[in-house]
Amino acid sequence: MKNIPPILETPKPLHFPDLAAMAAFSLPLHSSFTPSPFKPQLFRHLQRLKLAPHARPPVLSCGSNAAAVTGPTGNEVVVNGIPPDYYADGGSVQLPPSLQRELMPNHVAVIMDGNRRWAGSRNFPIVFGYEAGFRAFKRLIELACNWGIGTLTVFAFSSENWCRPKAETDLLMGLFERILRFELEHFMRENIRISLIGDATKLPKQLQSLLVDAVEATQNNSRLHLIVAANYSGRSDVVQACRKIAFKVKDGLIDPNDINEYLVERELETSCTDFPHPDLLIRTSGELRMSNFLLWQLAYTELYFTNALWPDFGESEFLEALCSFQQRQRRYGGNL
Amino acid sequence: MAKQSSNRATQVIEAVGSFLRRCIGSILSAGPIPKHIAFIMDGNRRYAKKQNLEEGAGHRFGYSTLMNMLKYCYELDVKYVTIYAFSIENFKRRPEEVQSTMQLIQEKIEGLIEKESIVNRYGVRVHFIGNLKLLSKPVQLAAERAMNATWHNSKAVLSICIAYTSTDEIVNAVEESCKEKQKGNEKLLDEIGEGPLIDVADVEKHMYMAVAPDPDIIIRTSGETRLSNFLLWQSARSLLYSPGVLWPEIGFWHLVRAVLDFQKNYAYTEKKSKES
Repeated sequence: MKNIPPILETPKPLHFPDLAAMAAFSLPLHSSFTPSPFKPQLFRHLQRLKLAPHARPPVLSCGSNAAAVTGPTGNEVVVNGIPPDYYADGGSVQLPPSLQRELMPNHVAVIMDGNRRWAGSRNFPIVFGYEAGFRAFKRLIELACNWGIGTLTVFAFSSENWCRPKAETDLLMGLFERILRFELEHFMRENIRISLIGDATKLPKQLQSLLVDAVEATQNNSRLHLIVAANYSGRSDVVQACRKIAFKVKDGLIDPNDINEYLVERELETSCTDFPHPDLLIRTSGELRMSNFLLWQLAYTELYFTNALWPDFGESEFLEALCSFQQRQRRYGGNL
Repeated sequence: MAKQSSNRATQVIEAVGSFLRRCIGSILSAGPIPKHIAFIMDGNRRYAKKQNLEEGAGHRFGYSTLMNMLKYCYELDVKYVTIYAFSIENFKRRPEEVQSTMQLIQEKIEGLIEKESIVNRYGVRVHFIGNLKLLSKPVQLAAERAMNATWHNSKAVLSICIAYTSTDEIVNAVEESCKEKQKGNEKLLDEIGEGPLIDVADVEKHMYMAVAPDPDIIIRTSGETRLSNFLLWQSARSLLYSPGVLWPEIGFWHLVRAVLDFQKNYAYTEKKSKES
């Protein structure tokens, strides 16, 4: 007799903070919201100093928006454009006691691996694996919002996944369409901005138009920047940046000898965010590889691998990943 | 007399060790052996602190460990080995540390060309990968001499990444691709009106690491799980293995473990490479 799967539990609604708390909460998270005179490289440099867990970062003079505060560990932390009272009074971000606020990553990337294995291990059809994976995805978004993570990038579909059976890819495309149709209102309510990276032209036309609508409708949202990588390949991202630069060379706008890391970075698809480099990459299901995801951007990203399959990835697993991240010493090749 | 007998004892132990390694190597050869292993040799300075050694001594121990690991890899018939010797970011370290590391690197590069060195014993061709113009002249010249001296070796390849970061490598590949397309397409551009077409192959052929296939395994010691700007492009499908030991403490058994993990995941990686 076929195993009948249990009734799928409805997801818990996200906590709905009041307007004043939302404004205070969203103020420090995104440079698009907080006016800043600084270039992206300086942002990243300051971010790195902020996250150094053991070194005592120098206090920099960063213009009128900057404030130097003492974090809970006693280190001086330069916070760029963030009101001095933000950390002192705890803001509206409620973190579990094992996490330190000043060591929270700005950008988390996730490879949501293991949906099919989850379904296979329970003798469920694959579609239940993906449905359960979607619930885990919603849980992660809720946690990212509640714990003040500014940017979340998810590897929804790789360009290499087209080799899977057509029935499965059609199922996935159908699931994506359904998610966009029924969840867009939810994302608007929760003030979540959606961006898309990857070659959308190969996706079904209906899904493409839903994605364009979702990106446009949410472009002014600022609580969480959700970047969805669909039909994405890290190498193709670099190659398309290379092509754009080649066009500029052809038009005489750039000399080939002037091509540098900043120029390449600006043309990558992740330039839609001020924090294109994830601080932490989480991959589930025990696979220890990057699978062509965000290659350039992962230069100094802390990698965290867990054996949990993606549908089983919940609050405790995410907490464990963040605790592991907070214990790491990030040196960026320099001194201890 | 005592010295002779202790040398003899060392030789016997080494011979027994080599024999045991070959036995284990034959067992491992029943499965697929990785073609290319890359090492991020992290933890030399922490090892020196841990053992209360003077500064710089950690790197010397690290070098001996490197020689042993290369021996184990070539005994296992791994054709390509890549090591992350010095990153462009490492120039930010204290000048005395950078200078002593560069001196050690120059000394060891010159040692590679000697008759009894590991590269001649195993027929290894040496490549120096990175932005070599950032190195001092003596180190550059030593690197060139080593590459010329081992050019005809063909049994295995050792790629030493020095003054290297992956982002610098990609920028250089982009620059070279643009220059090549610019030169080749100057006449075509006016007729067709389209820009130069660049694809993955164009970028790949200008990478410094075009001398070797993509690594099958990337091993980073000291328990840190990050790539630190090493082989970002080439690591798309590599197995990442990060044992907790510091680099001078790594041994044969860690390599065996990495190869076993590779063999366990081999079916998956083959399927993925066929899909792509």
